[in-house]
Amino acid sequence: MSLVITDLCIARGGIPVLDGLSFTLEPGQALILRGPNGIGKTTLLRTIAGLQPPVSGQVGGSEDMIAYAGHSDGIKPTLTVNENLTFWAEVFGTKGISNALKSFDLERLRDRPAGELSAGQKRRLGLSRLLVTGRSIWVLDEPTVSLDVKSVAMFATAVRAHLGQGGSALIATHIDLGLDCAVLEVGPFKAKLPAIEDFDGGFL
Amino acid sequence: MIALLMRDLRLALRAGGGFGLGLAFFLILTVMVPLSVGPQPALLSSIAPGVLWLGALLACLLSLDRLLALDWEDGSLDLLATAPLPLESVVSIKALAHWITTGLPLVMAAPVLGVLLNLPVPGFKWVVISLLLGTPALSVIGTFGAALTVGLKRGGLLMSLLVMPLYLPTLIFGAEVARRGAIGMDVQTPLLMLAGISAASIALLPFASAAVLRINLR
Repeated sequence: MSLVITDLCIARGGIPVLDGLSFTLEPGQALILRGPNGIGKTTLLRTIAGLQPPVSGQVGGSEDMIAYAGHSDGIKPTLTVNENLTFWAEVFGTKGISNALKSFDLERLRDRPAGELSAGQKRRLGLSRLLVTGRSIWVLDEPTVSLDVKSVAMFATAVRAHLGQGGSALIATHIDLGLDCAVLEVGPFKAKLPAIEDFDGGFL
Repeated sequence: MIALLMRDLRLALRAGGGFGLGLAFFLILTVMVPLSVGPQPALLSSIAPGVLWLGALLACLLSLDRLLALDWEDGSLDLLATAPLPLESVVSIKALAHWITTGLPLVMAAPVLGVLLNLPVPGFKWVVISLLLGTPALSVIGTFGAALTVGLKRGGLLMSLLVMPLYLPTLIFGAEVARRGAIGMDVQTPLLMLAGISAASIALLPFASAAVLRINLR
């Protein structure tokens, strides 16, 4: 199933940040989003993931297909690596976490409480969650923060394997992942609209 | 859904999960009441049902601010919102986990603490029954309050101020059941009202909590 974005306008706190954005993400494709800080990459990804409504335009083909990974990993420090991953596997109704543990080299850490992991290890655990969701469209917000070179390569391998299985990925990042894919510079889509006049906070 | 319930119960029992805090608060509060009103068994007997109810309510309130805030801080709530579980069931399960870890222990501790307050013998049964019926409403209403204040730093106090007025009907009818039961009066009317409040809260509030949470996650 492909993700179709049509003429999307998104706002953060009542101020339109990106406008007139259209693209299509086919199965097997990855798309890298680039742009300076504050341009609205996170807002765009959250809108696509369905966490907030767009001001106008449509997000098509995303229903129950998206695995979202944001700035925080959603890891419980008092649960072990194993328990954290098993929980997400059960929530998404999938079985088996061994592949996810193996892909991100977490097997040796599986019985450690997640609170004792380093920042990079936590991030790897957060990313391995994507593999247990069984969802086909990955929407990732700066997935490589705090990862070392080896782990970035590990992540790129996991993305390639995911694309190979007919999945797709939308990644906002500032670094070169070594993936052979299209890059979308969101800077030119910066909204020139004024702030929404009758914006009443959350209750739109 | 069961996975979420089991995770929340496990988190509550692990270090720093806060299990037993509400119970300990309830214990200390009810121990302090006889100390503060002095050695007057007759007075204690008459205020015992009300004190037990108020203690249980405050103990419930104490544990609410962590209910959704922790999941919000570490990003789990974002991930749960994009998971196949509807948010309505997420908040219902959260309320259920809160009731199991806070409400149920309070119900079980109440008769023991009733002894400290010189609760009349017929009152024990009705204190337990009224708390058993009323504490689920406290958890569900509390979850709604927690959802309202989830994004706020230091939202705990604001949440208490928002939730306490919402607790009033439950407190009035719950304490009334216990009070009437303790002095041997007919309890049917307040009991039905209490059951009605609980049933309505459980049926309706998860939808409100989920709607509020969706707005707060934006």
